[in-house]
Formats: sequence, structure tokens, C-alpha cells
Amino acid sequence: MSAEMIAKVAEYLARNILKQPQRVIRPDEPLISSGLIDSFSLVDLGMYVEDTFGVRLDDTELNADTFDTLNQLVELVKGRL
Amino acid sequence: MSTFSHLLHQQYQHVPERNALTLLRAGQPDLPVTVAELLQGSAGVAQTLARAGIKPGEVVILILQHSLEHVFAYFGTILQGAIPSIMPFLTEKLLPERYRADLAALVGVTQPAAIITYPEFEGEVRAAVGIDSPVRVILLSTQMDPPCEPDFTLLPGLQRRPEDIVLLQHSSGTTGLQKGVALSHQAILNQLESYSRRLQLNDADVLVSWLPLYHDMGLIAGFLMPLLRGIPLVLLSPFDWVRNPARLMQAVSRYRGTLSWLPNFAYNFCAQKVRDRDLEGVDLSSWRAISNCSEPMRYESHQAFLARFAPYGLRADALCTCYAMAENVFAVTQGGITGPVTVDVIDREAMQVERVARPSPAAEAVIHMLSAGRPIEKVEVRVVDEHGRAVPDRQIGEVTLRSNCMLTEYYHRPDATAKAFRSGWYLTGDYGYLADGELYVTGRKKDLIIVGGKNIHPQDLEELAMTVPGVHPGRVVVFGIFNDTQGTEEVFLVAEVDTADPAVREQIADQIRQTITRGSAVALRHVHLVDKHWLVKTSSGKTARGANREKYQQEFLTQS
Repeated sequence: MSAEMIAKVAEYLARNILKQPQRVIRPDEPLISSGLIDSFSLVDLGMYVEDTFGVRLDDTELNADTFDTLNQLVELVKGRL
Repeated sequence: MSTFSHLLHQQYQHVPERNALTLLRAGQPDLPVTVAELLQGSAGVAQTLARAGIKPGEVVILILQHSLEHVFAYFGTILQGAIPSIMPFLTEKLLPERYRADLAALVGVTQPAAIITYPEFEGEVRAAVGIDSPVRVILLSTQMDPPCEPDFTLLPGLQRRPEDIVLLQHSSGTTGLQKGVALSHQAILNQLESYSRRLQLNDADVLVSWLPLYHDMGLIAGFLMPLLRGIPLVLLSPFDWVRNPARLMQAVSRYRGTLSWLPNFAYNFCAQKVRDRDLEGVDLSSWRAISNCSEPMRYESHQAFLARFAPYGLRADALCTCYAMAENVFAVTQGGITGPVTVDVIDREAMQVERVARPSPAAEAVIHMLSAGRPIEKVEVRVVDEHGRAVPDRQIGEVTLRSNCMLTEYYHRPDATAKAFRSGWYLTGDYGYLADGELYVTGRKKDLIIVGGKNIHPQDLEELAMTVPGVHPGRVVVFGIFNDTQGTEEVFLVAEVDTADPAVREQIADQIRQTITRGSAVALRHVHLVDKHWLVKTSSGKTARGANREKYQQEFLTQS
């Protein structure tokens, strides 16, 4: 299930946030600490994750300390399913 | 005439128990602060600065996070008679080396005597400052003396004269950091006097702001005006707001907020990203003036904001406009206080081709221009042609101004100060027109790009891109194109490359994105690589940004 979830979020990020549909995002690639996604996009990512997986993320969790990679994000989501 | 310290002293004597501000922090309880607490906390900082040998008239740079310590450090520096200047701290996006270079640039021109920062950031600041530096002392927010009774007979801040410089205001980026706007007590208090009157500021007002304090809108409108004029301030962190814009609406509702300032993109951002569940029980009927300021204002953005929040009590007449700049302390004009903001419907082509704002009854090919309102008192606005002659109403020219609240100088930059004025008039670099005494801002003379209210100098980004292998000096151009969905400009970069191999091009493009993002904190999405000789050059061989933007739009964005 994790791989599927990761692929879903990776596709969303590449297409809608980075606007580079061909861009491959590795599951262990830092997203926030690397500056790949900026703070204005974090709220979009949060909303996408909530709507797609039916979980609740608090805005105080949208930072590199809570999750920085797709692996970590998906773990966080799975813990709430 | 008075100074900041005198005003603070008066409040301390007469209304010590009044609420000065409430600090909001995500995940923590709200923190109310009285006038007495504000002054006592600041007095602790002033005492620490005095002991560290910081003298009146010296510059102190503050690099602090959203906190009570930040507020105390600001007013503590002022009570000590020194000159505070706020610099943003390092964000995750920006490369530490880049930040150090920016800070070094600021220190080189400004020659500050001290820097106040927070413990986690001390190493970064020390690395940036180096050994042969004018900075004599780096102080940590945690090492400040505890709050103490201010001794107003001894505080050097009370010895400052109205014409002395009270603070410096920088804009972002390497270029911006080298030009600090120096403002006197007199200029700022004159501005607050005129602007308060225009806003009809009164005892029932409560100001709610999430704006960063290193920006003039956040510092003047969203911080100094309420604190010096005795209007309760509810202060949020920009970091908390951007992760959940509903925090602004929740704060307005909880504290019965009446006034806020927002850059244009924030109207779109709030309208699109605030969830219904975060608005349960929210009542926005107290909001009487929300001023759109600091980037081009869009009628469509106001409409989207109103449609989203009217069900929660937002009034249409609360939507205001403002044209402002740090060089005039803040506001030049303000619209929407005594009546709705004027919307001027003009012919699009006449504006673009003839540079005339001709009212049009048509439903198509028109632009809805939002009026920025009339100049505030003691501020004169004149729109001029390239020879400096005033143009008739409705003709587009450069906006120039004269006022009793202009900057003293660009700090330590007599060259830049001299260039900014012509016959006593400040040249804003903005294009606009006057109609019935109201100002409409149509564009910019300079190549400056404004993204989310933040000024971006294209040359900073071009220079970064030129460091990428495969990219050649002089063959890169950066410009902004307005994005209607986001309500702000987006940055585009076009570079000529030798290779035609798509894989290699993709690599170069990726490298440019990374270099720019980490070197400037500008999230660059649109990189376009082209063949040699694509870029339009001027006769002197320079890249013409405007001409290249037009060519780009025609070739790549008009496929309909």
C-alpha cells in the first residue's frame, strides 16, 4: 500500500506543485528541508493528502520536523488511517 | 514634536495597564502584553545594549523569530537610542552560504555595531560576520536582562531629536539589502498622523496582522502604527499564516479585529486555501478596512475574497486599497475608507498602446482598474512624462511624490539617494495615472518583479543562473508574468544553451531551478531553454527584459 500512496503523492507534487510532470521524486528525497516545495505549497500538499486519504493533518505538522520525505509522509498518514 | 521614546514614555505614564499587543503562536496559548510589560521588557534589552557598549545612533540588526523577545529587542534598541533594522532569518529553502553573502552585503554597507539573534542561529551569524567586521557584539535573545523598570531620565532614546534616524528598512535580495531606507522619527510620526486620519483610526480599532516585520507594510502598518498610536495589535506569525491562512479570520473573529493589510496574492490564497471547517463560528463583521497593498491590486482578487468570506460576515465596504513605499515611510494613497473603492473600467488596448486610460462602456477588451485612492494629507502625487513634466489626467506616466514623511537617505548610499529624486520629487519607478484626484497604478518602469509582495531583482537571479555549467554570461533573462489564479507575478527564466540534447537540457534546467531556489529563496518553476540567438538584445548588447518577456509570451503562452 505504501508504494501506491507514495506514487500518488509523488505524481501530485510533480504535476501540480513543481509543474514538471516528468520529474521523478524519490521516496527518500528531502522535500521541505531542500526547498523543493516552498511554504506556499505546503498548504496545498496538506489539503491533497487530507482529501485523498481521508486523514486529518494539523497545520503545525506541515514542517520538516514532522515529515521531510514521501516515506515519512506516508508513514504519518498510515498511522492515522 | 516628539520621538518614539517620548510616545512610549507617555503611554507608560498614562495607560500602563492597557493591552498593547497579543502575540498569537500556533499550538500555544495567546499571549497578551500590556503597555507596562512592553516597556519593561524593552528596558531590559536597552540595559543589555548599554552594557555591551552600544551607543545612540549606532545600527543594531535584529534577526529573530516571531516572539515576544523580537518585540522587546525592537523597542529596547529604540529606547537605547540605537537604530534597529530587521533582517529575515534563514529559511529552509535558502543555502546557508547564500544567506551569509546577503548578510555580509548588509553589514558591509550598513556598518552595524551589533546583531541580536536567537541561540540556534548564532553560529550562522558569526560565520557571516567574519573577523574584520564593524559588528562589535553579537547578542542572543536569551541573554537579555529580565524586564525592569525603565528609567526615563537616563534612557538615551529620550535624548534623540525628531530629525534623527530612528530605523532602517531594507527590501529583500542582495540588491535590496544594499539599500537601506533611513527614516527619521519626524518622518514616521508625520506619516502616522496623516495616515491615522485617513484611516479614521479610533479607540474601537483592533489591528490584526500576520505580515513579516522586515517588510514596510508589516513594520509600519502592522506593528509601529498600532503600538505608537495606542491601537491594540493582534500579531500572528507569517509562518503560521502561510500553513493555515484561516488563522487570520479566526483571529479577527476572536479579537473583533477591525483593520488588516494584505498583499494582493493573499486575497487569492485565502479564498482558495481556507477550508470551511476552519471557519465554523467565525464572524468577520467587525472587519472595517482590509487594505490591499504592496503589489499590483486586482479587482478579481477582491471579488474572489468577498465571495468566499461574505457568508461569514465580511462586508463589501471593508475592501480597501493602498499605494505605499518604504521611501515615504508607508502610505502614499489610501482608498475605500469613506466610500467604496473606485473601479475604473478602461479600454485595454488604449492603455497598452496609447498609454491612456480611456473609460470604456464595452464588456470586452477592458480592464477593471482598482483605484489606490487619494494621497493622504501632506503627500503630493504628480504623474510625469520622461522629461519630468506633469501629464494630463488619465495619461500614463511615472508616479512621483513629495511629502513631509520622505526618507532621510539610503543609508550610507549618497549615490542612490541622489538618483532617487528629481527637483525635490521622489521618482517611484511606478507607472500610473490620475483621474478625479485618485491614483491608479498600472505597472513599473524598473524590471523589478513582485511575488507575493516581495521585491525580486531579476539581475540577482540572472547572476545565479550564470553560475550553472552550460549557461553563459549575458545569455539569461529573468522576468515576471502575472498569474491570474495566484493573484501575483510568477518568475520566468529563459536561457540560451549550446546543446540541443533534450536530456542534457532537462539537466541544465533542473540545475538552474535548484541554484535559484537555494540562492535566492525564490521558488523558480518556469525555466525555458532556447537556442542561440533567441534572446533579444539592446543596441548596447544588454538583454532587454521587457522585449524578451513579450517574445516569450507570444511564442509560448499564446497557444489558444
